[in-house]
Amino acid sequence: MLREGQVRIPSGCAISGMIDKSGRRFCGEDIIKSIAVMHDRSNGLGGGFAAYGIYPQYKDYYALHVFFDSTAVRRDCEAFFERHFDIINLSKIPTRKMKEITDEPYIWRYFVTPLPSKLTDSQLDEREFVARCVFRVNTQYDGAYVFSSGKNMGVFKAVGFPEDVGRFYRLEEYEGWCFTAHGRYPTNTPGWWGGAHPFALLDYAVVHNGEISSYDANRRAIEMYGYKCTLQTDTEVITYIVDYLHRKKGLTLPEISSVIAAPFWQTIQRMPQAERETLEYLRVMFAPQLITGPFSILVGHEGGLMALNDRLKLRSMVVGEQGNMTYIASEEAAIRVIAPQLESVWAPKGGEPVIVEVEHGN
Amino acid sequence: MTTCCGERFLGAGLKTGETLHLSGTPGNAMGAYLDGGEITVQGNVQDAVGDTMNHGTIIVHGSAGDALGYAMRGGEIYVRGSAGYRAGIHMKEYESQKPVLVIGGGAGSFLGEYMAGGLIVVLSMDCADSPAGNFTGTGMHGGKIFIRAQQPLEHLPAQVSQHAATPEDLQEIAAYVTQFAQHFSFDANELLQSQFYVLCPNATNPYHQLYVAN
Repeated sequence: MLREGQVRIPSGCAISGMIDKSGRRFCGEDIIKSIAVMHDRSNGLGGGFAAYGIYPQYKDYYALHVFFDSTAVRRDCEAFFERHFDIINLSKIPTRKMKEITDEPYIWRYFVTPLPSKLTDSQLDEREFVARCVFRVNTQYDGAYVFSSGKNMGVFKAVGFPEDVGRFYRLEEYEGWCFTAHGRYPTNTPGWWGGAHPFALLDYAVVHNGEISSYDANRRAIEMYGYKCTLQTDTEVITYIVDYLHRKKGLTLPEISSVIAAPFWQTIQRMPQAERETLEYLRVMFAPQLITGPFSILVGHEGGLMALNDRLKLRSMVVGEQGNMTYIASEEAAIRVIAPQLESVWAPKGGEPVIVEVEHGN
Repeated sequence: MTTCCGERFLGAGLKTGETLHLSGTPGNAMGAYLDGGEITVQGNVQDAVGDTMNHGTIIVHGSAGDALGYAMRGGEIYVRGSAGYRAGIHMKEYESQKPVLVIGGGAGSFLGEYMAGGLIVVLSMDCADSPAGNFTGTGMHGGKIFIRAQQPLEHLPAQVSQHAATPEDLQEIAAYVTQFAQHFSFDANELLQSQFYVLCPNATNPYHQLYVAN
């Protein structure tokens, strides 16, 4: 298949997310209704969802969602899983046959935990061990692709319009405390199942509307730290940058925003000294992680949800709040369809993150 | 129409004598290429309202998204609330065709970028921070932007000059501020008695080295 750089498909995209900060779990139906309002922003070449809090019965196990092209590669891949993990449960992911979604791969789900001996021998922490296993499959098992690998969360994605993808995966049968969604209108790359959003690693899942001008600079930099860009699409690199800065470097979400959507130097020069020095430090230390070009992104993770626009705000993004719920979407209509009455509605500025933290404990 | 929810191009190209009343949340490019019609919205509007409109009136009782009045070349837009990024970029005028954009609240960055003609009025009501964002009027080479504010705007690009509005300047906007006040029930006199600053193209700063320093 032709990928990034080999073919150009002219194009928009749509994103939507909702989170209950109390940690209350709600049905996946609403996120389908929300993303469906923005149908015209996608072209049927990709749709997907990330859902947090959906596997409480297996919350201590990594949920691996995997596409397989053939039964043969599934067997090989399962043998790999057996060697590295204790598989507590495995099954096909339940789907619904529908004429709008065709050519589906084999779609499986494994709840796993690293084998203690393997983990000890690897001298890695548990999350790094899992991440490396994911990259191993995605680079060495042709026809197998792990597209979701977090705990108590899952990504569901396919080629099709997002509302159809939601029905295909029976998303209305899941309950979670946060959902994100994406409707794809591929700009540079062909639509294929692995290339649909969200892009996820461990519990980080990113949906993105835009087109990153700095993709290749970001890719070359992140690959130096052991990440493998297997999908040749720009959003994948955002996921790895977030994982690198948050999990490996320990930056906070506001700091990550100041790295990937750094203010202009001229804006930094006008700031008070302490703030200026912090921002200068971040720009210098993490220069290759600056993302340029238009983007609006939603980053789901185990602690909550972050929304961010590029510093020039070249894509639209609206936030609405009602009670414990925060809604974020490319268009206000996609929020109003779920929550006609909102206590507040506003558009964040370019480079200004919106961070919602979830209170766990239930 | 009373239950809009994201439908695009509502009232696009509406002609003189045609009117449209909307509530709910109309979709992007509402009133694009408006050609004399009148659109009233009870609520917020999204992006690209009045894109390239030619003639007519748009009245929004809520706030507007990004790229409001993009490349307007005639007609009037009144927004009760605030406007997003890139309001009034590429506005232009020719002879009797003079577009007018009146924003009740504040405006985002890039207000009037590449403005070539027409009039933008920002009334800065209920506006917590600066009435306009960064890069206001970058590349501006025609038209005027009026900002209702106690202090002049800071950090304007070199292509823009700024002065405190004179009584003659204010005459230029009086009719439109009065219209705004009638649409949304404000006191026009009170608004017009406030301090305004006027942003115009800086005639002493030609455009050499705007993009490259060679």
